[in-house]
Amino acid sequence: MATTATPPPAPKVNRIGLPVLDYRGGKTTLCAGCGHNAISERIIDSLYEMGIQPERVMKLSGIGCSSKSPAYFLSRAHSFNSVHGRMPSVATGALLANKTMMGLGVSGDGDTASIGMGQFVHLMRRNLPMIYIIEDNGVYGLTKGQFSATADLGSKLKTGVINDLPAIDTCALAIQLGATFVGRSFSGDKKQLSAMLKAAIAHKGTVMLDVISPCVTFNDHEGSTKSYKYMQEHEEAIAEVGFVPHFEDISVDYDAGSTFDVRMHDGSHLRLHKLHENYNPTDRVQAVKALMEAHEKGEVLTGVFYIDPEKPTFTELLNMVDDPLATLPQERTRPSKQVLDEIMNRLK
Amino acid sequence: MATTNASAPSAQGESAAGSTTRPVVNDFSIQVATVNGSGSQSANAVLLKSIFGMGIPVSGKNLFPSNIAGLPTWYTIRASKHGYVARKKDIDILVAMNPETAKDDILSLRAGSVAIYEEGLNLQQYREDVICYPVPFDKLTAQVCPEAKLRKLVRNMIYVGVVAKLTQMDMAVVEAAVRRQFAKKQKAADLNWGAVQAGYDYTTQSLTKHDPFVLERMHATEGKIIIDGNAAAALGAMFAGVTVVTWYPITPSSSVVEQLIDYLKKYRVEQDGKASFAVVQAEDELAAVGMVLGAGWAGARSMTATSGPGISLMAEFAGLGYFSELPGVIFDVQRVGPSTGLPTRTMQGDLLSIAYLSHGDTKHVMLLPGSVKECFEFGGAAFDLAEQLQTPIFVLSDLDLGMNNWMSEPFDYPETPIQRGKVLTAEDLKRLGGFGRYKDVDGDGIPYRTLPGTDHPKAAYFTRGSGHNEQALYTERPDDYQNLMERLNRKFDTARTMVPAPVVVQNGKSKIGIIAFGTSDFAVTESRDQMKKEYGLEVDYLRLRAWPFTPEVLDFVASHERVYVVEQNRDAQMLSLLKLDLPAEETVRLRSVRHFNGLPIDARSVTDEIVLQEGI
Ligand SMILES: Cc1ncc(C[n+]2csc(CCOP(=O)(O)OP(=O)(O)O)c2C)c(N)n1
Ligand code: SF4
Ligand SMILES: [Mg+2]
Repeated sequence: MATTATPPPAPKVNRIGLPVLDYRGGKTTLCAGCGHNAISERIIDSLYEMGIQPERVMKLSGIGCSSKSPAYFLSRAHSFNSVHGRMPSVATGALLANKTMMGLGVSGDGDTASIGMGQFVHLMRRNLPMIYIIEDNGVYGLTKGQFSATADLGSKLKTGVINDLPAIDTCALAIQLGATFVGRSFSGDKKQLSAMLKAAIAHKGTVMLDVISPCVTFNDHEGSTKSYKYMQEHEEAIAEVGFVPHFEDISVDYDAGSTFDVRMHDGSHLRLHKLHENYNPTDRVQAVKALMEAHEKGEVLTGVFYIDPEKPTFTELLNMVDDPLATLPQERTRPSKQVLDEIMNRLK
Repeated sequence: MATTNASAPSAQGESAAGSTTRPVVNDFSIQVATVNGSGSQSANAVLLKSIFGMGIPVSGKNLFPSNIAGLPTWYTIRASKHGYVARKKDIDILVAMNPETAKDDILSLRAGSVAIYEEGLNLQQYREDVICYPVPFDKLTAQVCPEAKLRKLVRNMIYVGVVAKLTQMDMAVVEAAVRRQFAKKQKAADLNWGAVQAGYDYTTQSLTKHDPFVLERMHATEGKIIIDGNAAAALGAMFAGVTVVTWYPITPSSSVVEQLIDYLKKYRVEQDGKASFAVVQAEDELAAVGMVLGAGWAGARSMTATSGPGISLMAEFAGLGYFSELPGVIFDVQRVGPSTGLPTRTMQGDLLSIAYLSHGDTKHVMLLPGSVKECFEFGGAAFDLAEQLQTPIFVLSDLDLGMNNWMSEPFDYPETPIQRGKVLTAEDLKRLGGFGRYKDVDGDGIPYRTLPGTDHPKAAYFTRGSGHNEQALYTERPDDYQNLMERLNRKFDTARTMVPAPVVVQNGKSKIGIIAFGTSDFAVTESRDQMKKEYGLEVDYLRLRAWPFTPEVLDFVASHERVYVVEQNRDAQMLSLLKLDLPAEETVRLRSVRHFNGLPIDARSVTDEIVLQEGI
């Protein structure tokens, strides 16, 4: 209870009795300092803090440095590192087979906004119940630093090449396409990213998080708009994000005048401490407007831009039986001999 | 016109047509030339079902354009007392309903054939050697159908009446077929039956029969069903317990999924209204196959249906499925390629591209159904094989089999329980203490897997299309890679023992044999009879039903001096696969018979080519 005088000591295990070690993965093979590693750490923290059973998670990814990262967290969850740009379809199939699982997708900006754009668009549109994270560095890390489609106009490669095409804003796109939880954060922003991930876990539809994640090897220098330095100078949070899981006491540090509380479907709350006047994360039009305005000003807006906790998810729309399709017994998947006879008789 | 590939009278006139009066009973073909979108399907279905209803073996083929309305379409019906259901090269009775093609249509007939047409077309001017029956279709239609906008449809039923009278059909059977065709619409049934009668009456009163083609009741279709291969495949999938279905529409495969959806909605929705399946119309074939493999990985019985262009798009995923060992079923209803090709014509043209679909050393198991019954059976078996072998299974049908109506024995209810392959549960893991995802424990090349959600800390593994060792960990070590590739080969050898074996017909004496598969079977069966009857040539026959090949294939080739590989493509694709598989000294026996004009292969083409190569 919030009235307890002394805060409890940091727990060694989480609410389902697992230590944080059980949320770790293999040793990373990404470059030291790569933003992707920091994101893996936040994923570990948030799954641990939310008390998610690792065996209930399916990790899914495409191809790229970013897409490798599921190997570096949550070893106790099944993982599927698929082909370049096609994680959305694999995730869709997997979640249709077993809709009781939590889907956690990791992609890159190349994996999503270039080769994978087609599947990305349709995943958002279907509101597939999963978390889709873009580890966004503005380059193709794994193929050694070519521009991706999220690189900002005018940004410069290490080689001096300047990008002369406009960036695709995956957040604006996701909002327009029908994703129901859309946010942007920065791999270096521990507090914001953790809060966002925890809220994402509580959301029932498609969560699309674009996490700016500097590539220290190919894209962390003067002239890059996805470098640590640039982000520290230009990041502007639309709102400070706090997340209160439904199993925690809600009455902490509550200041009604400056917060916007979004009730998630599982009863937990996403709390936005408003920095901007009238920012309402349930208004799609305003969300897209805010993104475009920030862009005009050369700012990188972060925060949760849009939430719709109610819209039916793809698996709800399909009206499937409650049990996973994957493990239905034969009695429920093979109609009887009478049915075949009936069909045969009609064809005579 | 494009549907018969012979215009010169053939020396071995198969149906003794001519102006002689000796009747030709239950052994001729009818071709109806119309435009698509004119609603002739119902009329053609009534003709087909009427002949079937008279107990006479019959087959129907729709030759249609890749277009929605207004282009020429031909529907061919073959009645055959011998039970031959292949396309017949020559047409005996032409119903020329399309003024655009009527002249070409009649010019392509053999002497002694019949032509029925709108009298205003005056087709008799082109052919003196064809028996002509002009009919005032427009006038008759106007009389039976006061409503002008229905006339286009009803007009077709008039030719049903004319053909029924000329061929001496049993009118009670015809009426039953009409009423069944319009079962749910009494008014439509009455109107259409009226039109059939008008055609019949006109023929009785105003035409004198000069041709020899007649139908007589038989008892060869009792208990049989009529169904198209795509519906049969859909039924096979439903009774195999399919749970996830994805697709992107493409002719000629769309009706696999469309019909499957109908069946699933009817028979796989549970009492609470919830579905024991999911169907997704994907954004393209890449996504369709990605969903299939994702679903298969997570434990569903998953499938998609496509045709050549979709297969090409699926290549990268096919390699992933092979290499990381994911179950899934892909129905390929083949059409004419390359590229968009002739979308509404048939071909056996995807063998080589599917066998090795994707880069690196990749190969896939292919099932080759040769009848609607096998579309059902293999449609089912494919799901068992996919899960047992943990690999994508391709079922190669074609447009001819998939979209045309075929007679068949009713399908048998699957005898064996659904096979889900080597899947470890949490209890198994407790007992074993762990597992190696890609370890060949049993020596058959097939490892064990777990499904996401298995409640055990050692259940998870990492699936990837990059190099992996027995523990599913990333590796680039030469020996790890080589071991993996060799194990996959062992698994492919195991597949040889599990796929449907060929059907072999041999007498132990013939020096020559035929190897064929899929829809070529119909033509080969008839051709073997032709060769025996006309040339005294007895030819053994092996019908392939799967790739990789089973040992019977080598035995068959080795025990004949010459083996003709009959197939419907230009590049002798099956011959190539055989050459790759068989010992070099045996491949010298192989000869090739190819048919690749977009029309289904016919018996005469097979016979003529073999006789030519044999130098007879
Ligand atoms: C079909 C295909 N084309 C190209 C590649 C090569 N490739 C691998 S990763 C990659 C780009 C990855 O960029 P991104 O998704 O941004 O990931 P990052 O490495 O930057 O995290 C490319 C082009 C591939 N694996 N597959
Ligand atoms: S190349 Fe860039 S994206 Fe890839 S691991 Fe290194 S820092 Fe990260
Ligand atoms: Mg990148």
